[in-house]
Amino acid sequence: MSDQPLRSPATSRVTPLTDTAATDYEVALESLNQWQLAWRRFRRHRLALVGVGILGVMVFLAIFGPIIWPYDPLALRRDLPGPQGFNPLQMPPFGSDGSGRSVFVLVANGARLSMLIGTTTMLIAVTIGVLIGAIAGFFGGWIDNLLMRFVDLVLSIPFLFIVLVAARFFGAGELVPLILIFGLLSWPSLARLVRALYLSLREQEFVLAARAVGVGDLRIALRHILPNAIGPIVVSATLIVANAIILEAFVSYLNFGLKAQDISWGNALARSQERIAVGNWWWPFFPGMAIALTVIAINFLGDGLRDALDPRSKE
Amino acid sequence: MTVPATVTSSARPAGDSDILLEVRDLRTYFHVLDGTVKAVDGVSFTIRRGQTIGLVGESGCGKSVTALSIMRLLDIPPAEIASGEIIFEGRDLLALSEEEMRHVRGNDIAMIFQEPMTSLNPVYTVGDQIAEAVMLHQRLSKKEAWNKAIEALRAVGINNPERRVKQYPHELSGGMRQRVMIAMALSCDPKLLIADEPTTALDVTIQAQILELIKDVQDRTGTALMLITHDLGVVAETVHDVLVMYAGRIVETGTVEDVLLAPKHPYTEGLLRSIPSRGMKGQRLNVIKGTVPNPFNMPKGCNFAPRCPYAFEPCAEYDPRIEDANPPDVACWLYTPAPGSPVPPRVRPRRPVEVGA
Repeated sequence: MSDQPLRSPATSRVTPLTDTAATDYEVALESLNQWQLAWRRFRRHRLALVGVGILGVMVFLAIFGPIIWPYDPLALRRDLPGPQGFNPLQMPPFGSDGSGRSVFVLVANGARLSMLIGTTTMLIAVTIGVLIGAIAGFFGGWIDNLLMRFVDLVLSIPFLFIVLVAARFFGAGELVPLILIFGLLSWPSLARLVRALYLSLREQEFVLAARAVGVGDLRIALRHILPNAIGPIVVSATLIVANAIILEAFVSYLNFGLKAQDISWGNALARSQERIAVGNWWWPFFPGMAIALTVIAINFLGDGLRDALDPRSKE
Repeated sequence: MTVPATVTSSARPAGDSDILLEVRDLRTYFHVLDGTVKAVDGVSFTIRRGQTIGLVGESGCGKSVTALSIMRLLDIPPAEIASGEIIFEGRDLLALSEEEMRHVRGNDIAMIFQEPMTSLNPVYTVGDQIAEAVMLHQRLSKKEAWNKAIEALRAVGINNPERRVKQYPHELSGGMRQRVMIAMALSCDPKLLIADEPTTALDVTIQAQILELIKDVQDRTGTALMLITHDLGVVAETVHDVLVMYAGRIVETGTVEDVLLAPKHPYTEGLLRSIPSRGMKGQRLNVIKGTVPNPFNMPKGCNFAPRCPYAFEPCAEYDPRIEDANPPDVACWLYTPAPGSPVPPRVRPRRPVEVGA
């Protein structure tokens, strides 16, 4: 073949195979993996860093608050100012309610349950949503159709109705059923997202190339496609956390939430209703602020993650 | 290894044990909304051990679908392998379970794709990806597989493979990535390497390097090579034998010298004439008139007849098949007498066609 007279001009002069030294500069550069690159981009996202800061404070409060201020949040405290309540700018921080309960201790204790509800709801929703979305998008066809109609069904369930029914079955104010309901109703949008990601990623050439070297379905779905879909999944997961915290507050406000002795932000807010009339604005204000700040912080975080984890980002 | 002795279109005087892959009357159809597209419509050929074969034709003629059918990588549905056998080392690949087929892919038959930019998974290092291919087929520890990945990169002419192996695809150039793809394909010593337009997405200087590399590793490892391309220059460079495809059929076969220097089929001739040459300065480029027939509405007779400058009476009526052709290397009524047609074939002598000048 080497002395064929047929060579086309385009391919006639073949250069030696080895790289020239000139191209070797690439080797000198530091190799960054997906997460390192994402972290670089994330660090440049100001709002996301603010969000992380606020969340850090909230998590600190949730973990250490009740340890540092080891008061029973529901106990009436004689050492706190009297029945008229107190200006929050004086001691104790955030003021107290008329009976001498410290709003601060309430908020610190509430952080635990609110965060717990947020994160466990998210874990349940992500597990189900990723599983169903991945199966639907990966296999397509009638499996996809079946699962997506199931998603439609779940989306059509009136949320409040389920909470009411569950309150009847499990007794109102139980924590575990509440989290389960939140989790079991929060996954459909994530499943749709994951399905869409799988539908587009499975057509990628690298998936075909992986199949061509003999990689099986399960490994393709978990090892080859999932890591490429992780960015949008993480972003969506953060929003589920925020949503669950708001849901809890909403449900507790309607008195279908947690029992009175379980302290959460939603609960604290609900309990403050009658206090607003008395003029003790700090009683609802601080739990409300805790919810709002946390949700905003999580949204900032999600925003930063979306930019950081976008593989098409050129920064 | 015994291969059932059968008659196929490419009547080569090769011993049976010499035959690595035998494709018999492969028909791959796509069922889409508007009807059925016969992407591959009765293709038969054989590849001997160590043979290099080029599959040539325009876009959409069924080259890639033929390759994907052999690898069984088509999505079924919409695709359907309507009939045919793909005998690889005595086993019909179409009859294997998916599990058995997974052991063939990568291990016995490896494939390189057109787009090196997108054929590697962006979230893993090239070493991870080569090592994965190795570990799927060989009982090796992670460390051993990793070392094998380094060796594979060295074998495809990548400098400093110990560093490169830890890099991510986005850190490599297109040519470098195609080298990685070749390294991955060869990491398990396949008996057949299918290269689907391996240089189309690369620029010309890199193309030459990659072709040289493919030829070089083919020489060294003795693997058979099936090169799919629309570029006749690439074929001339790389392979011994050529299959020319048109509209889902093989229309001409032969050695690269025969087919490129003295094409028989008018389509092959048209392909060669449409390559611009130096002597043509100032002239209009030659083209094959018309377009590939509508896949939903193929002509009754020869698929190429509507575009063929030599078409005569039988061409519109009778469909030439290379299986029935005599001489057996071209499906054209210019050579084979049309059955039931009173018109005798007008045999044209092989005529040299100037390529590239």
